Amino acid sequence: MRATMDGNTAVAHIAYRVSEVCAIYPITPSSTMAELADQWAAEGTPNIWGNIPVVQEMQSEAGAAGTLHGALQAGALTTTFTASQGLLLMLPNMFKIAGELTSVVFHVAARAIATQALSIFGDHTDVMAARGTGFALLSAASVQEAHDLALVAHAATLRARVPVLHFFDGFRTSHEVNSLDLIDDSAIRAMIDDDLVRAHRTRALRPENPVVRGTAHNPDTFFQARETSNPFYAAMPGIVQEEMDRLAALTGRQYHLFDYTGAPDAERVIILMGSGAETAMATAAALAAVGERVGVLQVRLFRPFAAEAFLAALPATARRIAVIEQTKEPGAYGEPLFQEIVTVLARAAMAPAGTNARPLPIVVGGRYGLSSKDFPPALAKAVFDELAKPTPRNGFTLGIIDDVGHTHLAPDLTFRLPANGTTEAVFYGLGADGTVGANKNSVKIIAEQAGLYAQGYFVYDSHKSGAQTVSHLRFGPNPIQAPYLISAAGFVACHQFAFAERTDILRLAAPGATLLLNSPYPADTVWDHLPLAMQVRIIELGLKFYVIDASRVAQEAGLRGRTNIILQTCFFAISGVLPRDRAIVEIKHAIDKTYGGKGADIVRRNHRAVDRTLEGLHQVAIPAHPTAIWDRAPHVPANAPAFVRNVTAKMMDGLGDDIPVSMMPIDGTFPVGTARFEKRNIAEVVPVWEADLCIQCGQCSFVCPHAVIGARTFDAKRLDDAPAGFPAAPINVRGFPDLRFSLHLSLEDCTGCGLCVEACPALSPIEPGMKALNLHDKLPLMAGAVAAQTFFDGLPINDRSRVDFANVRGVQFLEPLFVYSGACAGCGETPYLKLLSQLFGERMMVANATGCSSIYGGNLPVTPWAANAEGRGPAWANSLFEDNAEFGLGFRLAADKHLDTAIGLARALTPELGEDLVAAVIAAPQVRESEFRDQRIRVAELTRRLRRSADPRAAHLLSLIDHFVRRSIWIVGGDGWAYDIGYGGLDHVLSTGRDVNVLVMDTEVYSNTGGQASKATPLGAVAKFAAAGKRTARKDLALQAIAYGNVYVAQVAMGGNPQQTLLAFREAEAYPGPSLILAYSHCIAHGIDMRQGLRQQDLAVASGYWPLFRYNPALRDAGATPFVLDSPRPHVKFRDYAYNEIRYRALAQSRPEEAAKLLASAEQAINEKYRLYEDMAGWAPNRFAAPV
Amino acid sequence: MDLSTKYLGLDLASPLVASASPLTLDVGNIRALEDHGAGAVVLPSIFEEQIELEAEELEHRMEWGSDSFAEALSYFPPSDAYRSGSQRYLETIRQARAAVAIPIIASLNGITDSGWLDYARDIQEAGASALELNIYTVAADPGQDAGAIERRYVDILRLVRAVVKIPVAMKLSPYFSAPAAMLRTLEAEGAAGFVLFNRFYQPDIDLGTLRLRRDLALSTPAEIRLPLLWIALMAGRTRASLAASTGVESADEVIKYLLAGADVVMTTSSLLRHGVRHMRTLHDGMTGWFAARDTTLAAMRGKMSLRRVKDPTAFERANYIRILQSWR
Repeated sequence: MRATMDGNTAVAHIAYRVSEVCAIYPITPSSTMAELADQWAAEGTPNIWGNIPVVQEMQSEAGAAGTLHGALQAGALTTTFTASQGLLLMLPNMFKIAGELTSVVFHVAARAIATQALSIFGDHTDVMAARGTGFALLSAASVQEAHDLALVAHAATLRARVPVLHFFDGFRTSHEVNSLDLIDDSAIRAMIDDDLVRAHRTRALRPENPVVRGTAHNPDTFFQARETSNPFYAAMPGIVQEEMDRLAALTGRQYHLFDYTGAPDAERVIILMGSGAETAMATAAALAAVGERVGVLQVRLFRPFAAEAFLAALPATARRIAVIEQTKEPGAYGEPLFQEIVTVLARAAMAPAGTNARPLPIVVGGRYGLSSKDFPPALAKAVFDELAKPTPRNGFTLGIIDDVGHTHLAPDLTFRLPANGTTEAVFYGLGADGTVGANKNSVKIIAEQAGLYAQGYFVYDSHKSGAQTVSHLRFGPNPIQAPYLISAAGFVACHQFAFAERTDILRLAAPGATLLLNSPYPADTVWDHLPLAMQVRIIELGLKFYVIDASRVAQEAGLRGRTNIILQTCFFAISGVLPRDRAIVEIKHAIDKTYGGKGADIVRRNHRAVDRTLEGLHQVAIPAHPTAIWDRAPHVPANAPAFVRNVTAKMMDGLGDDIPVSMMPIDGTFPVGTARFEKRNIAEVVPVWEADLCIQCGQCSFVCPHAVIGARTFDAKRLDDAPAGFPAAPINVRGFPDLRFSLHLSLEDCTGCGLCVEACPALSPIEPGMKALNLHDKLPLMAGAVAAQTFFDGLPINDRSRVDFANVRGVQFLEPLFVYSGACAGCGETPYLKLLSQLFGERMMVANATGCSSIYGGNLPVTPWAANAEGRGPAWANSLFEDNAEFGLGFRLAADKHLDTAIGLARALTPELGEDLVAAVIAAPQVRESEFRDQRIRVAELTRRLRRSADPRAAHLLSLIDHFVRRSIWIVGGDGWAYDIGYGGLDHVLSTGRDVNVLVMDTEVYSNTGGQASKATPLGAVAKFAAAGKRTARKDLALQAIAYGNVYVAQVAMGGNPQQTLLAFREAEAYPGPSLILAYSHCIAHGIDMRQGLRQQDLAVASGYWPLFRYNPALRDAGATPFVLDSPRPHVKFRDYAYNEIRYRALAQSRPEEAAKLLASAEQAINEKYRLYEDMAGWAPNRFAAPV
Repeated sequence: MDLSTKYLGLDLASPLVASASPLTLDVGNIRALEDHGAGAVVLPSIFEEQIELEAEELEHRMEWGSDSFAEALSYFPPSDAYRSGSQRYLETIRQARAAVAIPIIASLNGITDSGWLDYARDIQEAGASALELNIYTVAADPGQDAGAIERRYVDILRLVRAVVKIPVAMKLSPYFSAPAAMLRTLEAEGAAGFVLFNRFYQPDIDLGTLRLRRDLALSTPAEIRLPLLWIALMAGRTRASLAASTGVESADEVIKYLLAGADVVMTTSSLLRHGVRHMRTLHDGMTGWFAARDTTLAAMRGKMSLRRVKDPTAFERANYIRILQSWR
């Protein structure tokens, strides 16, 4: 059956059907497989034996592997899905599983491993790290292949007893939507031999036939025992080939361990694995067609490596071979496949004459495609060209400019494969505008209704709000085997007019292509609104140019700005892939399917939009010459630092591929504060300040997730230089008649989330609905925006040692050192980080667990962590997901050790440095800001004296002197880290008593990977992996930490009580031991109106769901009750909080009775918990645990 | 005591009807209402606009942020299993019909023609005993004259009647220039009964925040006079059933409405205030009143209607002046 799906779905389709147990954990790009397994199980979809597999989410991949190991030992057919760091966490079990000759398949969407940086994108580094485990490594190159080889893997492992790691390229295959022929269930059934299934069960641990496994050996036997499995590995390649042959008999699709394509007498051969093979083969075919003796050998089974099969597949004529790989093994002579091939060929050359000896060809190795770096035909051709040279380079790279090691091959970028009837189209969209969804729909329509083959691949930028998406669509009469980005599209659609003004959307347009632009300007005037460069390109390329005001059509049809259906209709109308009438029928059919269950009116409105589209679509007459007098401005100002201009700006411009090696930091170290150079202008509405109404309370800037609201006080005289209309008000504090207060909004950085407006308590007494902040259309406000920004930036920052930190009002005057992050508009996490940066930023180190906060905090091109004018600010690093608490503890240990050393040195140097100064530096109190200021003055003086010193210890002390200013160590992350994968480490770190501060930004779900349940997910909420509603209450991490006795613990919700949040942050930081803050963070994954995020926080508190409290061991030690309950008794019904959120309401709408039951349980649990806290608040101090 | 009555052609064991409120969306409450003497139950109105908005909101919030960021292409499990508001409503009709013997009357507030048609059809299919059309519009458009508004009522009734066989009641507002003529017109179009009257949402103003206060004010006995008047005026002058609604707090109001000629008396506010067991209080109060006078419902119904009172002028406008004068 022909179907259209992505690689993850194609693989999960098989894995689920042939499994009894799936042990899962989310990790990009494999999460979809686990989500599908969980969804199918929840829906009751059976496996091929008619029963529903058990799908169990675990706390980490290590946990998933352990569970899987156990399930296998207990005889269940078990599988898992993972990638990258997840696979690394499974390695210990993999060695065990293989050593025990256990039949299992791991499906891996291969992904880069974090090294100098994290990357979610695809390469084979993870798989290659597993090559010593004893797993067979089976590589699939396409969606169809991944589907087919998944089944081959399951069938083979049952026969061979060698476990299989089946892998395919992360994103390129896992996320590519392509046409494929699905294996029907009867064929799946035929491939899985029930005798082997029973044999697998027979090998299981059973009390009825007890055995022991996992014994410990001594030097006398371990080695021999290790060698016992050799026959199984020897048999494995043959078994895999036989299963491939069986699949061929059932489906007609024949695979081999090694498949060669190209000239039969090829001299130059590329050897590779994965999706790049399709590109290389298509390139070889094109070159062979013009007489070049080239070919490609695709490796499917890398381990166990079948030397004979390989040699048989390689043409005997091959004299020059390039082995190219999507992995890097620093320090190795070559990458793993290269080494394997050279070894095999060398051994073949060593064979005695008269046997199978063959001359040793020239073999070179190269790297390509790290982190999904595109691998187009031009690069494959560059390899063939290199092989044709007298001395082909070894250790080359492809697709980058290596101006340091000079390893790269320079491709002929004009080289393209013949179209072969394939049409290529690219679509620029905004994350939220539905472009990607519509294109996925189009691929289905084309493939399933037009009878064509179709492929869709989608590229996203790194922002969580206002992200640009680029959809690459191919379709045609032949199967689409082109796993690389489109570079010369015949159709370019830009669904957002602003992109045309800001970026080169015609970079991928072919000569004579068609351009469709969603434009607020009609066909007769749109030309005048295009930048010069774009006009030039349109004329040069001879484009056909269409416009539609899709937003207007959407509005008229009642679609509230959803333009995707309209633009999809335009695509079909212009491209002619289907006859127009037929296309419209099919689009409407797709609408019915998508929206059918959601209301007749939504369907009607979408239909109406389709019907109205064509009358709004117009061709633009293109002048002979460009007429524009303006052009796109550079992304960053001319006065930006060189790195930002030369590197960051290129990334912003979509030209990151062109940045050479020499310009990249060598060790992953990047400058801070680059987000300020990225003026994204994504908001349509922005807040406007009413100075007269403002009570200067600071609530707005406190909650602003993007730090776009700045407050300053300054001398009134400065206003003489202010641009006209710059708003300011007398400061509303008595005794400062000359001081002015200004609240400034960085309009270009604002996301328009509206949280500030909701937080603003100042209502006009005479204008209904008016506050001190109100949202207005941005465009008319932009005229004076830059001048106002420049003036505000020039105002002096208020002296932090004179700011009252104790209240929210004072905090607004502290400079945030976490600014303009690319987090979701209205993010519930970032206000907490911003607050940290304001309070402690200039002496703060941040260990950030992988997750949302590490992405909006550290995903290039720009990062929000910043430094102040003195060059001080948070020093930030992300290690891993699972180790963050330990990573942060390491910061503390180093700081403590270095402080000790520094104190020792200072004391030793006292005679030279001065007794008073040394004593003061060592004993200085460091809690208040004025004390930090004084300490910095002392340290500066100490530095001055040390620089004059000739004592060699002085240089030593100088290298440690910063530690005299108390360092604030913050360990931050989400609940997936703190409650699940990093829980063991967090628990241990809290138990050490060391002075670290832990901030858990608790969204109660794995937000970054798309909303999977964690142990913080509340009872009754729907999440991925808890599609039927979570059955257990969230873990009470706070009580667990309180049990240690010496951990400061606070639960906060900024929207519930900002002052309590502030108090808790300051107390936690000041407490000289471990601190844990659980911060309620509303999230897009709650399914809320993000503008109401703070209100939801307030309701969470008011309903008793999220009580606010602080447990301060210092109070206990002082004889006071250490547990302070900061929120009142529940006075709002839990349902009045919960049912504002889709995560709760979804269950009420899908399973109302179940939802009602869970809601009642949740309410009961909440009341009980509150009662417990209330009790604790009344306990005598000695009832709380205290370490001795 | 025989309290049986006919409403919309349905045989009811009691003239007490629990009218549309969140209480009647719960099958347990419906059972309790039957136990406590309700003759029928009206389910809350299915608001086309609300259902569409709810569906749109669900769609919007589930999809918001999807296909935007490579690691999180969606945030919720797929939504195929989610039932829209109308599906849940229809399920309630089915469950309620299975749970109790008393008639279950559905209520519908549409916006579009297709909304009225589709939902009416679905409601009938789900097994509702009758359908109440809750035409809730505030005639605020100066471009729409009285005739157009009245025609819309007729059109909606005609549309619905064309697709359903179950009896259809019209819940009306009191704001017609000629209510009596309107009832006659609607009766001619096949209205099986009238519910007098609908209470419109009337916001208050919060002087502190300068915001409209959107709280719901439950009706009080002081409000019964307008419907009481019109029940009394119309009783016996239409073949359609008359349901009195608004202001029922105790058995007194029930009896007054019955005396005025109502076939059934509906209450929401008192049940919301006192819980579903209050139906028993109303029921017992009513039967106690009849018993104390050794009479029956059948004998007393309509005794105080325009057609049967000895001094019909008491119901006429001329009387108004006299009342005012006496008040002074």
